Amino acid sequence: MPVRYLGLAAVLAASVSVVTCASAQEAERKGIAAPPGHVFKTIISGYEFRSKETRALQDDDLENPGFLAVERAADAWKKAEGSAGKSCMSCHGEAETSMKGVGAAMPKWDDKLKKPVNLEQRINICRTENMKAEPWKFKSQELTDMTTFVRYQSHGMKVSVKTDGPMSPWFERGKQIYYTRYGQLDLACESCHERNNGKFMRADFLSQGQTNGFPTYRLRDQRLVPLHERFEGCMFDVRAEPFKPLSDEFIALELYVAWRGIGLPVETPSVRN
Amino acid sequence: MADKPRIKLPKEAAKGEVIQIKTLVSHVMESGQRKDAQGKTIPRKIINKFACEFNGKPVFACALEPAISANPYIQFDAKIDEAGTFKFSWTDDDGTVITAEEKIALKA
Repeated sequence: MPVRYLGLAAVLAASVSVVTCASAQEAERKGIAAPPGHVFKTIISGYEFRSKETRALQDDDLENPGFLAVERAADAWKKAEGSAGKSCMSCHGEAETSMKGVGAAMPKWDDKLKKPVNLEQRINICRTENMKAEPWKFKSQELTDMTTFVRYQSHGMKVSVKTDGPMSPWFERGKQIYYTRYGQLDLACESCHERNNGKFMRADFLSQGQTNGFPTYRLRDQRLVPLHERFEGCMFDVRAEPFKPLSDEFIALELYVAWRGIGLPVETPSVRN
Repeated sequence: MADKPRIKLPKEAAKGEVIQIKTLVSHVMESGQRKDAQGKTIPRKIINKFACEFNGKPVFACALEPAISANPYIQFDAKIDEAGTFKFSWTDDDGTVITAEEKIALKA
């Protein structure tokens, strides 16, 4: 019998050390003070929830594989396509100046469509209406590259979205989706990212679910992943039927989640696991 | 896939100095062990060899295997005794070679 007690003691000791380790991680996790009325006291980028190695990969502009996309799209920016014979550059000039801050404020209200559009949709609207070119498919390398490139021009700027005026019903809709439990596992966004962030769910270390780094280079996929694909993935993981990417539901959710990260710096292209 | 590889090394170095060279190339590195939606094997396509030469002399080379992730990142050190040119080459399974050059000067 004493042997079994010994075994139990060892398990206890091990679990205690895990707890201290997790709280030590918590102490050094940097965040910013949340605006009044926010559900959190501090809002923390997903960056702080990742390992030292992953963070190092994001911090070095050369090692960060997301920059391959930025460079690819910098070339695509200048390339004329479609029957109008225009490139992005023909209308917008140098992206470094004209696109500064654009990615930080998406999704944004579109007067013509009478609804908010996100960056992917905005790029495709430009392609179909101004360039008279085929829109890029969602998840295609071209669209994700360009989204990353445009958002990268806001690198380090604070996330800021408008949620008042015509946006407010969309904001409410997004909020409702955030708190609704979906799927066989009966989980809402809130279950993991609000109530349990900073804890492990099996091997998955839960972050606050901030969107400031998207599109993000996921080491698991070995490519850049746009936000709506991650939304889809989360819904799939809780065994729900996901909404379609770029659907009204996901745009509303994107708006609401962006609001939850107001003030965080844009990190695109970020690296996550 | 014909993107320009990303290379980082100092523009100049003192004689005898050891410098760090970082390289990153865009490549799918398909392992040949995955299957597509129809259950057919996706053919292997990886960069199987990386080599670096300085003024015609080999500095570093390695063989890459299917377990290497996409967009391989390779970092190594080199001792600089003279000014010259680094030549990098990545050899693909299909025989194509991605090449790049980078110059380095000696500090006066």
